[in-house]
Parts: sequence; structure tokens; C-alpha cells
Amino acid sequence: MSSARLQIPPRITQGDVFKIRLLVNHPMDSGFLRDIDGVLIQRNVIRHLVCTLNGKEVFRVEPTTGVSANPLFEFYLRATESGGMLFRWVDDKAYIGELRHNLVVEAANTSKPSGN
Amino acid sequence: MPEATSNSVFSWHRLLVWLLVGVCMTSTLSAQQRVIPLDKLQSGLDFSGAEVQSLQADEFANPGNIALDTGNKLWSKPDGKSNKSCQSCHGDISRMKGISVRYPAVDKASKKLFNLEDRISQCRTKNQKASEWPYESDELLAVSLAVTATSRGMPLQAQIEGAAKSHFENGQRIFMTRQGQMNLACTNCHDQHYARKLYTDPLSQGQPNGYPLYRLDWQRMASLERRLRFCYTGVRAEIPPWGHSDMRDISLYLMWRGQGLPVETPAVRK
Repeated sequence: MSSARLQIPPRITQGDVFKIRLLVNHPMDSGFLRDIDGVLIQRNVIRHLVCTLNGKEVFRVEPTTGVSANPLFEFYLRATESGGMLFRWVDDKAYIGELRHNLVVEAANTSKPSGN
Repeated sequence: MPEATSNSVFSWHRLLVWLLVGVCMTSTLSAQQRVIPLDKLQSGLDFSGAEVQSLQADEFANPGNIALDTGNKLWSKPDGKSNKSCQSCHGDISRMKGISVRYPAVDKASKKLFNLEDRISQCRTKNQKASEWPYESDELLAVSLAVTATSRGMPLQAQIEGAAKSHFENGQRIFMTRQGQMNLACTNCHDQHYARKLYTDPLSQGQPNGYPLYRLDWQRMASLERRLRFCYTGVRAEIPPWGHSDMRDISLYLMWRGQGLPVETPAVRK
């Protein structure tokens, strides 16, 4: 069972650069370690993690064995449009993990106070 | 020793009295004697370094919170022949606040000292009529974590009198006894040399207030029992089997020794 936690700023304005944090629950076994009985623990790492917004790829990472378990991914996006975000990752066992988020981007200059 | 003067006479009787006093003073520690006084107690967090401290404090990124979410979900999941969840009998998990700080505690029925995991396992098999979760399994740790986390911030309050007294004394005895190929007692490192370096890492006082916690070395959640067994590995002593009463006795002693420290679950340690 691979779950994930997502952290996105609550309010995003058009044109903002905002930080996304994604903590993925995954063992990320490198394939180099052995268990208590000396048996090799098979390699099982996330091969790639892709983030798409409205179907367009906006972020991609290929961690391989250098990243330890339960990896935390932090990256920045520029807010251009609202829409459906899909985080999708595939590991060595071909298990697919997914997380969806509905991104809401507010238009800039929405509530400017009127003149004198 | 009284200074010998030309007028004093060496007294075998007086020597015997002083020897007796000396023996009484160096005999086994009474329950009231603390090696580390209460005002000098420090959580393992103090010895963990800035990176680990900030990771533990990060509400989002603390890896223990993954298991915490799982534990909260399992709390309300019906299971077993009874088709009941923990919530069916115990109500909302927030009602578990204050429970974990009293553990380990003596189970009235079996007269055994139970840690929180034992209590959860018994409730599961006896009341929920569900399959047993193995020691250190993801599910058992997740529920133990969720229950303990409701007491976050509360001080440890072990009960060492009455039925628990003999367990406490056994735990204290083990803590003070040298063992293993290294011939070290817990007290040698964790009372006498804490804050000094063991290889490259500073030794902590060995306090239990963060458990169950996420151990970076093992990249997963860990119980206090697992950590104590690993300490046995460290001094090259024969590790007792899972569920051994000695581990629970030591846990009880540790809870008393760390009395007053706040629950930090889920903690992060190296």
C-alpha cells in the first residue's frame, strides 16, 4: 500500500511561484541490503514520479536507488491555470501510485480597493 | 577514618561499624534513588542534531505521520469475527488521551506486565476476535502510535508500586547489570556517559518518551522493545525472544527513570 501526503499553499494567485511538497510512503529498497537472516532484500524503488496539470507534464523525477525510504519531493511551479493535478508514480514492481488534487488559481488583482 | 593520635586506640569494633555503614550505602539502589535527577532529564531529541529536530517538528514531512494516518484509519476499521472496530467499544481515539503514559502496566487477569502493544494485541484477539498482529508489524505499530500520539505533550507517569514493584526492581537490576561480550550495563553509557560520543554520535540518556518512533537507520517505525533488543545487539548480549518479560520490565524502569518527560510521538531519531 503506497499512500502519499500532499502540501500545497491554500491560496495561490495567478503568476505566483508556489512550493509543492509530496511525501510518498514507499520502502525504496535499494537491493543492496540484507535482512536479519542474511537474505538479500530485493530492489524496489520508484522508477519515476510525474506530475501533470490538465494533462500536461509539469514535473518529473527519476529517483533510482540513491533516495531513501518514504521520500519527500519538494518542487516549485508557476501558477498559470487552475485544473486537475495528477501525481503518478511507478516502482520496480510496476505498482502505480496516484494522488489527485484540484488546483485552484485565483486571478491576480481581484480585490484592489478603489481610488481616493 | 578518624586520625590516629598517640592517645587513641585502634578499635576493631569501630572499624566493623564503619564497614557495615559502607556496605549499606553501596547496596542496591532503592526505588527513591535516581542516578539522573529529575531536573537533569533530557529527551533524545536534545542529542539528535538540528536536521532531525526540524524533521520531527515538521507536521507534514515527519515520516512517522504516515503511520499515524494509517493508525487512525485502522482505529475505525471493523475487523475480526466481531466485525467491530476499536472505535465501536472505545469511541473516538481522542478518548485514549492519558492512556499510554501509564504503560507498561500489570494486566490484572494474567498478572503479566503489559506494554501498550501487548494490550492492543490482547484486545484484538480476545475482544475483536481478529487475527493476531505479529510483533513489530506495520498495523500493530500504527495503532500503538495513534493511541500514544493522543497523549502528545503529556508527562510520563509510570506506576511502580503494588503489583508493578517486582517488575520495576527487575528492570532496574537489568539496567545496572553488565552483560554481553562488551560487558556493559545500560547505566554505563546512558547514565555515566550521555552527551559524549559513541563513534560519531552523541549518546542520549536512553529515554523512552518518543516511542513508537520513526528510526532513520531502519527507515520505518520502531517500538521501544525493538530498540532495546538492538541495544542488546550493541553490547553483543544474547537477545531475549520477542515478548520477553525482561523487555517490559526494563521499559517500566525507563518510564520511571524518565518521569515527567513529555510524550513526543511520533518522534524521529537516527
